[in-house]
Amino acid sequence: MSDLEQFRKETRAWLEANCPPEMRKPATSDADVFWGGRNTKFSSEAQRVWFERMRDKGWTVPDWPKEYGGGGLDGAEHKVLREEMGRIGARPPLSSFGIWMLGPALLKFGNEAQKKEHLPKIAAGLIRWCQGYSEPNAGSDLASLQTRAESDGDDFVITGQKIWTSYANYADWIFCLVRTDPAAKKHDGISFILFDMASKGVSTKPILLISGYSPFCETFFDGVRVPKSHVVGTVNRGWDVAKYLLQHERAMISGSGERGIGRPLGQVAADSVGSDEAGKLDDAVLRGKIATFDIDEAAFAAVAERMVDLVKAGQSHPAFSSAMKYYGTELNKRRHEILMSAGGIDALEWESERSRAGARPRAWLRTKANSIEGGTSEVMLGIVAKRILDLPGA
Amino acid sequence: MALVLTEEQSMLRDSARGLISDKAPVSHLRQLRDSKDATGFSRELWKEFAEMGFAGLLVPEQFGGSALGCVEAGVVMEEIGRTLMPSPFLATGVLAASALTRGGSAAQKAEYLPKISKGSLLAALAVDEGAKHRPLKTAMQATRAGNGFKLKGAKALVVDGHTADLLVVAARSGGSPGEAKGITLFLVDPKARGVATERTIMVDAHNAARIEFDNVEVDADHVLGEVDQGGALLENLLNIGRGAVASEMVGLSDEVFNRTVTYLKERKQFGKLIGEFQALQHRAAELYIDIEISRAATLKALQALDADIEKAGPAVAVAKAKAGSTATRAVQEGVQMHGGMGMTDQFDIGFFMKRARVCEELFGDANFHADQLARSRSY
Repeated sequence: MSDLEQFRKETRAWLEANCPPEMRKPATSDADVFWGGRNTKFSSEAQRVWFERMRDKGWTVPDWPKEYGGGGLDGAEHKVLREEMGRIGARPPLSSFGIWMLGPALLKFGNEAQKKEHLPKIAAGLIRWCQGYSEPNAGSDLASLQTRAESDGDDFVITGQKIWTSYANYADWIFCLVRTDPAAKKHDGISFILFDMASKGVSTKPILLISGYSPFCETFFDGVRVPKSHVVGTVNRGWDVAKYLLQHERAMISGSGERGIGRPLGQVAADSVGSDEAGKLDDAVLRGKIATFDIDEAAFAAVAERMVDLVKAGQSHPAFSSAMKYYGTELNKRRHEILMSAGGIDALEWESERSRAGARPRAWLRTKANSIEGGTSEVMLGIVAKRILDLPGA
Repeated sequence: MALVLTEEQSMLRDSARGLISDKAPVSHLRQLRDSKDATGFSRELWKEFAEMGFAGLLVPEQFGGSALGCVEAGVVMEEIGRTLMPSPFLATGVLAASALTRGGSAAQKAEYLPKISKGSLLAALAVDEGAKHRPLKTAMQATRAGNGFKLKGAKALVVDGHTADLLVVAARSGGSPGEAKGITLFLVDPKARGVATERTIMVDAHNAARIEFDNVEVDADHVLGEVDQGGALLENLLNIGRGAVASEMVGLSDEVFNRTVTYLKERKQFGKLIGEFQALQHRAAELYIDIEISRAATLKALQALDADIEKAGPAVAVAKAKAGSTATRAVQEGVQMHGGMGMTDQFDIGFFMKRARVCEELFGDANFHADQLARSRSY
């Protein structure tokens, strides 16, 4: 038996023994997801047990180095772990912008002190992070951001406003883009800086969305004092860090659908639409739409798998995460349009217990942000056209 | 298994690409079409294919082959797709070689497989009967008679049927149309009494035939596999063919796309390169993404076929459907973005459009395979 087969065997056995049954199905609501942080609570005992067992193995961040709280797995082992978790439908033990976004950027651009300080706390779910990128006048044109960081001795003093800051009202720390040189060209005067959301001068205000939820905030900085040592990478070179992080963010969002877990979409649709005596969905046109969706979704799962392998083989294009982000988010929107259509009248209820407080329509509305957040679909296509296809003037 | 080509597979791709782009660019197909060539492909080139080991790529080593897998066959098919080369590779090297290797008796293998590896025997798979691919609806009759069977019925879209030395024919020895049980595969000599072959000139200038069987006598030892049990073998062969055609469509899509993007960077209107217009950029980007997705889905299917063919059905359905709808879009955008030039026969783009239409139909179109996937998921 090769080392990798041995690893698979042991991993399978360990997961079987340690993953509670309740954690082997997708989370049913946002409250059912564990995000970690200073003020966190577990929503169930199973959630706590699963998190703590995975944390103790370093498997909240399986491929990070052990010295920073990771599992130290190589690419092949990490793939095996993902496959084995997928096999039993095990959900991630910890959801975190620290894992998906900041961690990779710190591993690449952070200095040793920053890595030692922040990575283990991310891995252990102790600190919950939020992302200070977009501003009211810097959306798709992110690099035109205006939040100022003025030098004052060993500190920067930060003043300005961010928007669409996911879960800023729950976050402990923020990774934030600030303008440190207003005279430079727009991409050249930006720095990437970390600070505590409990700092004096930080305030947040949740934004009510069409889903009725408030996952995003407006975040205000009024003279927030941050040590210069909290800049990641070089002062005024923050755009490099920002772009690198965006690749990870886009990869994360592209994978945010419920691909390949749970019951087939066509069967979910049959719950409300019904089936004929041959077991076929009782709406031929909807059945065709779902089947076409399933083809696209399965094909997309293949390219997602291939992308990981291409990265490992050194054959990937760095801008391909934009392609993934575009397709994955459009797919997720399609899935929820189908769910609404299949659900019919039942999918229209907003508050009843019967409808789990309108879970389906609220989720449907939430997905509309997928193709906006982290870079719009149109921006993604522009990046593919320019950076991969090398089309002129893009 | 990693979803990328291995070093050996990349080398195979390079050597196939070298040979095919050198000896059979699109002008090769054009020349065969314009001269109304009776064979419709180059026998000389097929010899060269055989010498390079491509003809026997799927044949076991003891019969002179290279004993490679569906991934490797797909690698060659993708290169064929890039230049639209008409070649016996699909009908003989992929389908017939697989049929005999997987279903043949010791005697059948010994008789035919070495000749396939050498490039001296051409074969064809005869399945379709109606306008659409519905293998389970096979109705052609196989009636027991004497020491064997009599075949009566008609087949259509028999790829390379006009040049075949051997036909692999699906017929119904039992059950009724719609059932897998009762299908038997036969090895039929196209020169046998009662076989009438009509070469059908196709939209894509590739090779196919309609074949009628009027009480054709076939010995019992020319049954491939088990009587009445051919449905499973047939499904496996078709899945191999679907994977191969998906690969051809990925190559075709990639080539037509590259030509189109090149054109976007050359053609000027309104004082600008047309590739500067966002309306075209976004469509090009979407198409690129679909091609990469099709490539991944196809490689996934080919690996699944090599790993466990009995479980590969859904992955193959995904690949054939996705590669088919992508190729359809790639050629449509190819013609549209080339403007009036894309409508001319002088320009090659039209050849890609025509071939894509045939590939989409071959072994089931995107609708057929979406339906297959839905059935496999019980809805």
